[in-house]
Amino acid sequence: MEYRVTYQQYQQGLEQGEFVGLKCNECGAVTFPPLGVCRKCSGTNLEQTQMSGMGIVKTFTVIRVPPEGMKAPYVVAMVKLDEGPYVTGNLVGIDPDKTDMDIIDKRVKLGSQVIDGNAGPENKQRVLTFELV
Amino acid sequence: MREVAVCGVGMTKFGISEKTNLEMFAEAGIEAIEGSNIEPKDIEALFFGNCLGDFEEGQLHMAPFAAAELGLPRSAPATRFESACATATVAIRHAALLVGAGVYDVVLAGGTERATKMGTPLATKTFAMASQAQHESAAGMTFPGVFAMAAHMYASKYGIALGELKRHMAEVSVKNHYHGSMNPKAHFQKEIDVDTVLSGMMVADPLQLFDCCPFSDGAAAVVIADAAKARELVKKPIYIAGTGQAYGGPLYLQEDLTRVRARELASKQAYREAGLSPEDIDVVELHDCFTIAEILAVESMGFYEFGKGFDAATKGETRLKGRVVVNPSGGLKAKGHPIGATGAAQVTEIVEQLREESGPRQVEGARVGMVDTLGGDFGTVCNIILRS
Repeated sequence: MEYRVTYQQYQQGLEQGEFVGLKCNECGAVTFPPLGVCRKCSGTNLEQTQMSGMGIVKTFTVIRVPPEGMKAPYVVAMVKLDEGPYVTGNLVGIDPDKTDMDIIDKRVKLGSQVIDGNAGPENKQRVLTFELV
Repeated sequence: MREVAVCGVGMTKFGISEKTNLEMFAEAGIEAIEGSNIEPKDIEALFFGNCLGDFEEGQLHMAPFAAAELGLPRSAPATRFESACATATVAIRHAALLVGAGVYDVVLAGGTERATKMGTPLATKTFAMASQAQHESAAGMTFPGVFAMAAHMYASKYGIALGELKRHMAEVSVKNHYHGSMNPKAHFQKEIDVDTVLSGMMVADPLQLFDCCPFSDGAAAVVIADAAKARELVKKPIYIAGTGQAYGGPLYLQEDLTRVRARELASKQAYREAGLSPEDIDVVELHDCFTIAEILAVESMGFYEFGKGFDAATKGETRLKGRVVVNPSGGLKAKGHPIGATGAAQVTEIVEQLREESGPRQVEGARVGMVDTLGGDFGTVCNIILRS
């Protein structure tokens, strides 16, 4: 089996403002970011699909003590996309010091940003961002 | 499967150490071997835990060097286990499985970690490497950050004001420091109060410094043997009644961070294998890497209903002399958290409790104890139930 949407293809999508995921032809579930199989039924009959890029904030934190190579404060959040999957990324366009529980359940639009200073081999990779709408 | 038991146990003092990973593991290992009334040559295999030796000391492939430090037979396979903070528990579970299967009769399992050598920024970065690299640690996720998000989700899901939840979380820290004040091997041996917690530096909203366990150095090890053999070796073998292990995957697949599904599955396996239920457990060592983590754990292990465990410490129910004593050692919070050693130290505490050797922090009449260790951002959970 060839990997359906690779990390490189996912990254190229983000660069063009596209959120490339997978739709399962067996159970209909949407998987995003892509995995090897459907996140619900482990099926391999998958087709490429695009997220609308909208969702709601489920939880968040403001990082005050950052890992080496990153500058605090910044906000990390989990968002539930309209298509169903949860994603993690950075909440941007908001003052971290003014971010509190009121942000939960607020509607956000997906984007991406380049992060440098990550520990892994994927230097200068894109991660998801969320902006209030 | 044959019945399996723990014989001798050993651990170093946890805290800040100038000793190498190997030196610390040798101290713990020799203590465990001597406590089993055997010699190093009697050990048939080493199940060795270490997470970050490459960053701490530039040392990969530490297991054979650990075996050499202890003078184990060259024929004894020495294998490294790495499951983030659950490392040593996973090593011990696999040791128990292979002894139970009859492959070995007597083995050594445990772990070592020298986390403070890295300093806080590098330690924060390397710990975060146990989050999914492409999508999650890349966004600057840290371990306090993961549990901070769980705390916000808990407050939101159950409709508890954040300020109120934080006071109950602080009581977890106060309770574990109280227990740690009676443990001469604990990293921190002094009591604190709720104000200490609530006035601490903010690490990741809403977690403050005293909501978080420290980076620590230390090692712990246990000898595991076939039960019949164990009865020949020691007066009070402590039997492994059941174990379980499950995985969570990346946070984005876990969705509801208030429900640690990996723990629900792992603890169910352990209860089923032991033929026991949460009501049967007298004493627990569980993964309080952050105050909210203890609250999530007492719920997902079945001691409290979901959404009802947040005030357990406040009510004194998880304190010494309480209904189910949680973390009499001081837990990760006060005893310390050398990640590769933590699970073996938890097993050591439960074994000593069931042998009634725990001094002022002894849980009276404890007959059944449970170990719970969580690796990464709920990525691995491993449970072990022990009985006297």
